Amino acid sequence: MPQPFRTLSAVAAPVDWQNVDTDQLSPVRFLRRPRSEGYADILFHDLRFDGQGAERPDFVLNRPAFRSAGILVADRNFGVGSSRESAVWALVDFGIRCVVAASFGDIFFNNAVKHGLLLVREDPAVLQAERRALLAAPGTPLSIDLEAQTWTTADGVTRRFEVEPGRKRRLLLGLDDIETTLQDLPRIRRFAEEYRERRSWLFKHATMKG
Amino acid sequence: MMSAARAPRSMFEKIWSDHAILEDDDGQTLLFVGRHLAHDGSMHPFRFLDEKGQSVLYPDQVFATPDHGTPTVSHDLADIRDPSQLTAVTSLQANARRHGFQLFDLGDPRQGIVHVVGPEQGLTQPGLLIVCGDSHTSTHGALGALAFGIGASEVAHVLATQTLWQRKPKAMRVTVEGELGYGVTAKDLALFLIARIGVNGAAGHVIEFAGTTVRSLSVEGRLTLCNMAIEAGARAGMVAPDDKTFRYLQQRPYAPDGADWQAALAHWKSLPSDEGAPFDIEIAADATTIAPMVTWGTNPEEAVPVTGFVPQPAAAEEGRREAIVRSLDYMGLAPGTPLVGLPIDQVFIGSCTNARIEDLRAAAVVARRGRAVIPAIVSPGSTLVKRAAEQEGLDRIFKDAGFEWRESGCSMCCGMNGDLVPAGKRCASTSNRNFPGRQGKGARTHLMSPAMAAAAALAGRIVDVRDMAEAG
Repeated sequence: MPQPFRTLSAVAAPVDWQNVDTDQLSPVRFLRRPRSEGYADILFHDLRFDGQGAERPDFVLNRPAFRSAGILVADRNFGVGSSRESAVWALVDFGIRCVVAASFGDIFFNNAVKHGLLLVREDPAVLQAERRALLAAPGTPLSIDLEAQTWTTADGVTRRFEVEPGRKRRLLLGLDDIETTLQDLPRIRRFAEEYRERRSWLFKHATMKG
Repeated sequence: MMSAARAPRSMFEKIWSDHAILEDDDGQTLLFVGRHLAHDGSMHPFRFLDEKGQSVLYPDQVFATPDHGTPTVSHDLADIRDPSQLTAVTSLQANARRHGFQLFDLGDPRQGIVHVVGPEQGLTQPGLLIVCGDSHTSTHGALGALAFGIGASEVAHVLATQTLWQRKPKAMRVTVEGELGYGVTAKDLALFLIARIGVNGAAGHVIEFAGTTVRSLSVEGRLTLCNMAIEAGARAGMVAPDDKTFRYLQQRPYAPDGADWQAALAHWKSLPSDEGAPFDIEIAADATTIAPMVTWGTNPEEAVPVTGFVPQPAAAEEGRREAIVRSLDYMGLAPGTPLVGLPIDQVFIGSCTNARIEDLRAAAVVARRGRAVIPAIVSPGSTLVKRAAEQEGLDRIFKDAGFEWRESGCSMCCGMNGDLVPAGKRCASTSNRNFPGRQGKGARTHLMSPAMAAAAALAGRIVDVRDMAEAG
């Protein structure tokens, strides 16, 4: 079950480059790790650590003021690339509950809600100013109120963001989708029977050639 | 069904509504999944099911094959050196047995990259809603299916319920007219379009590729094009089914036959977008202006014609400048460097983008003209593709030219199986992503077509394959 998301006040870290793809968020060689073992150390692994596994001190999340970040303020195209859900696992296991960016990869966007990760779309110019403000005053907390659909910048300006009602409800309640959907199982079965009749050729594997 | 008054609909709209079970109060649709494809990366979702004590609702709608972490030196389990990859493959076997779905396992000639296997087996059919826990599921849209990648939690949801909640994407049509020039392929068309609309330019949209150029592409070319739709950020890519599609499908193992074929055909012919169907975005492109494309940077939009140059950050618009500097730094390239002549360290011909038989033929035509001066591997898209290539003698051509002839799998596209590019090395690759670290930590990827990659292997540097052919 995802953790419900209502309000958040947390240190925000600037992610100052565009196109943070899923390979950066979660390199492929860690994808087979069982979910229960945690993915916190995988987040940005090859940017955070050098070849010997030592922290790169200049990487943003290694700087003392940003180590406890719960929010990322990024740029365009955050989470583009593969469908790997570990990109989300790495973020939430590290402690990130919200990413504010100009745009997100579609599959990443859908994966995020499953784990209580709030993604906020914001204007690129606002984001640039915000990242500068966060660098100028490292460790500044930002606050987010999902019910009110607002986030408050480092300068104390409260800005409204859009979130689809269904996504908002899922985040607020921490809903498990499968449990919810299975309540409609009779209807799904009726649809399936009708579909399997209508497209009967799809289900005649017994007669398949070769 | 035949109401003349019905508003014209796009192919995407038709397939969407054909699979829509219900809508919730805020516009999310519960979609019935026609076919669900799985692979060795599916271990997480199956574990999620186990943890909840749930089972697979319709196992005969699930088909699986191991591809991501499988070795290409052989298909023996003993050759999987990484225990976690071995577990991924063996747990797929165990899950197939336990839940009773079809597995094309290692050792089965039907094994291969899941996005090559689906069309090859005739599992991918027009009008189907297909999902898979892999972003390149967009490939299957080439046959007129609506196909997209999903994450592990969504895979678990599909396994347990055969459905998926989705907000309806918008529709985009990309119409390409004119003939592709000599040496210019579907891969070049894809990179050209991505360079134009951007790596997330089609986010939230399903792209229908249309126009004379797209209709002229073979089904395999269309598969390459739709495969790369995700690299423009699209939810899915699609091409209307036509006689080429139907001929491609006929006699495939899972294709219908007899009276079923006629019933299927009637359905398939109803799928193309109606005249006047609405699209939220329309883009037009001229195929005659496209040259073989090569990426210089760290995402697929950072591509230029092979005759072009690495960009000057100073000349770029603000907001792009830093991204270019960052890409050039990772790629070890100076602004203004011509792409032609750039030294390459190794070559990868393979992946769900470019490892079907036509791709291998195109690479072999080039390979037979010389000898690779750098390490080059060829990994066919499926075991059946491998066998077909061997029957044609393509394996001999590659081996004689010094290329390694491997088994099928995702291989060096994602590097999960240990086929990697060392840090700082430059790889000419027919795959789909040139992200930092994609082919290995610090690896530098240049995406291009199979013929261009083969030409780079012979020259040890990037060449314009058109010059090579003319000189030869």
